[in-house]
Amino acid sequence: MAQQELIPHLFRTEYRKIISVLCRRFGFDHVEIAEDIASDTFATAAQTWGLNGAPANPIAWLYSVAKNKARNHLQRSSVFDGKVVPEVKYTTTELHEYDIDLSPQNISDSQLQMMFTICHPSIPPEAQIGLSLRILCGFGIDEIAEAFLTNKETINKRLYRAREKLREEEIRIEFPGLSEIDKRLENVLMTIYLLFNEGCYSVSQNEVLRKDLCFEAIRLCEMLIDNKSTDKPPVNALLALMYFHASRFDARINKNGEMVLYDDQDTTLWNQDMITKGGYFLHRSATGESLSKYHLEASIAYWSTQKQDTTEKWENILQLYNRYLQIEYSPIAALNRTYALSKVNGKEVAITEAEKLKLDHNQFYFVLLGELYTSIDKEIAKKHLEKAYSLAKTTADKHVIQQKIDQLPN
Amino acid sequence: MDEYALIMRHEDGTKIASPEQMEIWMKQTMDWIGGIAAQNKFVSGTGLLFDGAKVVKHGGVVTDGPFGAIKETIGGFIVVRAESPDEAADFAKGCPVLQGDGNTMEVRRIAKRDGTH
Repeated sequence: MAQQELIPHLFRTEYRKIISVLCRRFGFDHVEIAEDIASDTFATAAQTWGLNGAPANPIAWLYSVAKNKARNHLQRSSVFDGKVVPEVKYTTTELHEYDIDLSPQNISDSQLQMMFTICHPSIPPEAQIGLSLRILCGFGIDEIAEAFLTNKETINKRLYRAREKLREEEIRIEFPGLSEIDKRLENVLMTIYLLFNEGCYSVSQNEVLRKDLCFEAIRLCEMLIDNKSTDKPPVNALLALMYFHASRFDARINKNGEMVLYDDQDTTLWNQDMITKGGYFLHRSATGESLSKYHLEASIAYWSTQKQDTTEKWENILQLYNRYLQIEYSPIAALNRTYALSKVNGKEVAITEAEKLKLDHNQFYFVLLGELYTSIDKEIAKKHLEKAYSLAKTTADKHVIQQKIDQLPN
Repeated sequence: MDEYALIMRHEDGTKIASPEQMEIWMKQTMDWIGGIAAQNKFVSGTGLLFDGAKVVKHGGVVTDGPFGAIKETIGGFIVVRAESPDEAADFAKGCPVLQGDGNTMEVRRIAKRDGTH
């Protein structure tokens, strides 16, 4: 790997490991110190490697520099504490007490515990995603701001408040107890799921950044699967779901950077390797008693990897959406269910059901109505599509809707 | 918005449908519930099995199955959110149980637990 690619690459994979291990050692109270040391380590690497070339084992090099910096910090703070609070007897001056454990096991445990800490229900979901991106994915503040289409100050404030809250609540970096783990895991999965969706549907036009968000979500989920205590059916289902969706990334955008709708996609661009992986994890998720919304969504996503329009496919999708909506309502699921209904029971039936949904501020509601009416009443179809156009927020969405209007039969 | 129980009442619970018929009804029931859930009006659903059903009578007499002199029985119920009893009744109209002659749907508003009803 070329020098200029090496450091960003290592930053993505190693930053979170260093930070998690340090933070676990220092306690969440000192999360900023852990962040500083991890960032410092990479700054030192950039300087030194720029002059002397990369070392033979860059990862070991990073770990050893991070260790030294942490050790110095611990020694300094112990001297400080020793002077300020002399009654506290520091017997831990031996060097090994300052040692930082960067063994694979400790790295893996620390990262997972960090995930549970960051995805704590005491802070709002967008702060959980922000902190995950910052600490676990090594994203810069400007990248996070771009992903959320906001400015750096807002993100800085949001992350600051989240760290303060976690400190106030005295959240410890640890695994939740056995009785708690499923409940807390739900929260972690929700954050990963939102992170993935942010990548899929972000208003940001930066396609590379959006893909990155999705792949980071996949990576975090894989970390959960690699650990026995969190390798649970819903985790596998979520990973399957993400792989199925990610398999279409390359088909989603054409050469001019425009969105390509599912029906128009070139299936040879679908990533078969990811579809296979999705299938593997979906299979692994099919154990145990519980059926999570991720199971249902992954099953729906599986059917979406089958391009052929069979009755079996749409029957299955309809029934999966029927069940999904009973667990969790969302407008988009309601619209997709109605589309599946039109494939199974015909457009008239679907129109009757669609008109009951009353999603009057949702552009996709009017896109669906427009599509259902297209072969029935072109004028009504046009009216709905024009309404959708007026509600659409991004130029990409407007472009797609305009195409549909232009393609209406005369 | 209030919650209503939509109770499926079968005129004759001793009639046994074929597995194929059962499957069709099952699918239709799921589509019916899915349509309500798509409007964000579905709260919960409870199916009632005949398997191992008992009737306990005055004096502690226990008999198997819900059928005696009266054949009518309850097949299950779902709970929905609705603006009015009329809207709840509209939901009930879509239940496939009503395809059976003599079957009915009972619509009952659920008492709130805050003492206001």
